[in-house]
Amino acid sequence: MTLKAFFNRPAIRAAAGLLLSAGFLAAQAIQGHPEDYSRADIEYGARLYSENCDRCHGPNGTGVSGVDFKSGKFSHATTDRQLIAVITSGFPEAGMPPFQFDDAQFAGIVAFLRNMNTLDRGSLTPGNPARGQAVLEGKGACLNCHRVNGKGSRKAPDLSDVGAVRSAGSIERSLVEPNIQMMPINRPVHIVTRAGKAIDGRRVNEDTYTVQIADQEGRLLSLQKSELREFSVSTKSNMPSYKGELTPAEMSDLVSYLLTLKGQ
Amino acid sequence: MKRFTTFALTLFTLLPYCLNAQAPVTYDRLSNAAKEPQNYLTYGGDYFSSRFSPLTQITPANAKNLSLSWVYQSAVAGSWESTPLVVDGIMYVTQRPNDVVALDAVTGRVFWIYHYNNDPKITVCCGANSRGVAILGDTLYMGTLDAHLVAIDTKSGHPLWKSDVADSKAGYSITMAPLAVKDEIIVGVGGGEYGIRGFIAAFDAKTGKERWKFYTIPAPGEPGSETWGSCKTATAYCDPEAWKHGSGSAWVTGSFDPSLNMIYWGIGNVGPDYNGEQRPGDNLYTCSVIALDADTGKLKWHYQFTPHDEYDYDSVQVPVLADITWKGAPLKAMLWANRNGNFYVLDRATGKFLLGKPFVKVNWMSGFDDNGKPIQTRQPPGMPTYPAVQGGTNWYSPSFSPRTKLMYVSAWEDEGEMFGGVPVEYKEGMNFGGGNLSLFVPRADDPTKPIPNAPTIPNLRRGPINNWTDAGGHGAVLAIDPQTGTVKWRFRMTDVTDSGIISTGSDVIFTGGREGYLQAIDARTGTLIWKQNLGAQMINNPITYSVNGKQYVAAMAGLSLFTFALPN
Repeated sequence: MTLKAFFNRPAIRAAAGLLLSAGFLAAQAIQGHPEDYSRADIEYGARLYSENCDRCHGPNGTGVSGVDFKSGKFSHATTDRQLIAVITSGFPEAGMPPFQFDDAQFAGIVAFLRNMNTLDRGSLTPGNPARGQAVLEGKGACLNCHRVNGKGSRKAPDLSDVGAVRSAGSIERSLVEPNIQMMPINRPVHIVTRAGKAIDGRRVNEDTYTVQIADQEGRLLSLQKSELREFSVSTKSNMPSYKGELTPAEMSDLVSYLLTLKGQ
Repeated sequence: MKRFTTFALTLFTLLPYCLNAQAPVTYDRLSNAAKEPQNYLTYGGDYFSSRFSPLTQITPANAKNLSLSWVYQSAVAGSWESTPLVVDGIMYVTQRPNDVVALDAVTGRVFWIYHYNNDPKITVCCGANSRGVAILGDTLYMGTLDAHLVAIDTKSGHPLWKSDVADSKAGYSITMAPLAVKDEIIVGVGGGEYGIRGFIAAFDAKTGKERWKFYTIPAPGEPGSETWGSCKTATAYCDPEAWKHGSGSAWVTGSFDPSLNMIYWGIGNVGPDYNGEQRPGDNLYTCSVIALDADTGKLKWHYQFTPHDEYDYDSVQVPVLADITWKGAPLKAMLWANRNGNFYVLDRATGKFLLGKPFVKVNWMSGFDDNGKPIQTRQPPGMPTYPAVQGGTNWYSPSFSPRTKLMYVSAWEDEGEMFGGVPVEYKEGMNFGGGNLSLFVPRADDPTKPIPNAPTIPNLRRGPINNWTDAGGHGAVLAIDPQTGTVKWRFRMTDVTDSGIISTGSDVIFTGGREGYLQAIDARTGTLIWKQNLGAQMINNPITYSVNGKQYVAAMAGLSLFTFALPN
């Protein structure tokens, strides 16, 4: 039996429709974790969709004959990876050019496409990047630890390209639950050398024999593990949670600003 | 006296040339590789694929003095997975995509380079690799990415003949080093991600004419075809002709026991890799080892490590053959650290299962039944399966030392994966994975949940920055005692390793890893003796050889081949 024949069987069609409309495929498509399609990703994706896809596919995803994004089905893609491949390759023979996006943008577009079948776009509240910058530099006091385009501290990771390497959802989770979203490489380290010198910093690279860190002043150090008396990696982030500290609007603004930081 | 001195000097001067006589590499020489420890004659070092070298010049005491002898830079991009041969002072190594290079094994100077022009339309999964050549007589043999077998003159590098092995348009390729047995050259095919019907075939070494072919997926009516079940479920997509594109590739070299006249080969994953629903049954002979009559290619026995695999647990490890004592009696054993995370001991005369024990974290199965069949425990959706898709180990070669009686294995520890299958329709030459999977990096506060969007260990290659750390798994060299399957010592690495291992007669093992260190480790204790940062990942099997009485260690890292020896 071919796949086409399989999906044309009435019982299977009904089952597939149920699964798709329930967002099953969306959840399954990345890792089986519904939280992978965060509200922030969907909102970011909606904006990117408006800027890049609306013109042909229309606001409801039905602008191209034979293609209906709201159906939740994609004839050339089952998984998210395949969906990204379709967007990257395009369909030049049908008039769709290939698109290039960074990882954060792809995460947003996929999240939006996967949720178009159930989404009320009117409910989306995209943030304001200019207001977000003000939050970062003001109320959020983010530059006390982070650095953006040459301004701020070197204690925590430089955020100048965070909008290219982190998805909207990931950024939002970092703000709300930093311990969950902290990447393993960024975990704080505490080191005591054999000579008794204590060093606190942030891991930037590591192998079996050495570790490279940025200390509290941002100095880059490379150390032989065999010369350390103590080397511990904390599983707790030094970053505070902004849950309850920022309003939902401020949070949305801040995320939207960070997403504009694409590096040079 | 003067005459004697002159004679002695002449003899002494000529001696190296006599030793390097470059005599044809006969079947007899291949069968007795241990008698010429200065050479490295087959992919696995000898027919047993023990990757044990009797050389003793480099020892645990002096290995710290190893220094660079020479470097050969291939100038060909991509991971370099080749294992060189060394024959009487000449090294033969393949480089991407299908070049063969003949070098002076003492200086690294090149004698000749043979370049094979592949069909530009080839489809190859996972890198355009050639893992090496076989030698027989004065001829080298190489499988090509477009599924041909070519014979090349050892002295000139000129091709002698070229045979069709399979159709590359359908996804077939050859990435393994062939195996020369008697007067035939044996190859298997890659293409397990493209729904091929895998096979192993033997070719006449002189003419290139096919002698026999064994399909790793039985046709209807043949023994084993009953393991390709009929479609019963009404709700799942099922392919009634699944066997036609059931994969079962064989992309790593096999082994040979002259006393039993059997060749042994590890067989790769089933197609589609991850969606088991559309191919009911155990799906023989995928994820198995098969023993074939070396002259006829007829199946003597098989053992399936992972029935009905849904995790891409290729059994493409090199079969390691060892004559050991088992429960007080001599045993012709086969030792196998499998991608599925278990270490096995089999009777290689009969295929009888003798021992199976996890050497890394395993939760896809909970144990074995009385026949040695694993009791599978499918994990619920969203929960990680151990080991991950790259397995507890993979294609890179382990080593068995008859001195320490330990099996040395490059392992990936504590790496989990969330597997999922999706229906996929076979289309010639198109990817036939049917999977939806992702690696699992546990949260620090709750290890049962993953860190969303965390960087994970790259499947094939990496840059110089380890962004994934060891939070989602790490590498190790394990010394496994075949008598019990227990790990006697563990050499832990921060990053994972795709490097094979070689052990020596002085109880030193050499291995690498993705971090780019070539390491000498004490084979008895697992203690590091020496390391050298080569600046890029090692994805190949180090070798050791000797020329004019001097022992060398050679390994590739990045685009370069490095050779080390003790100072004069």
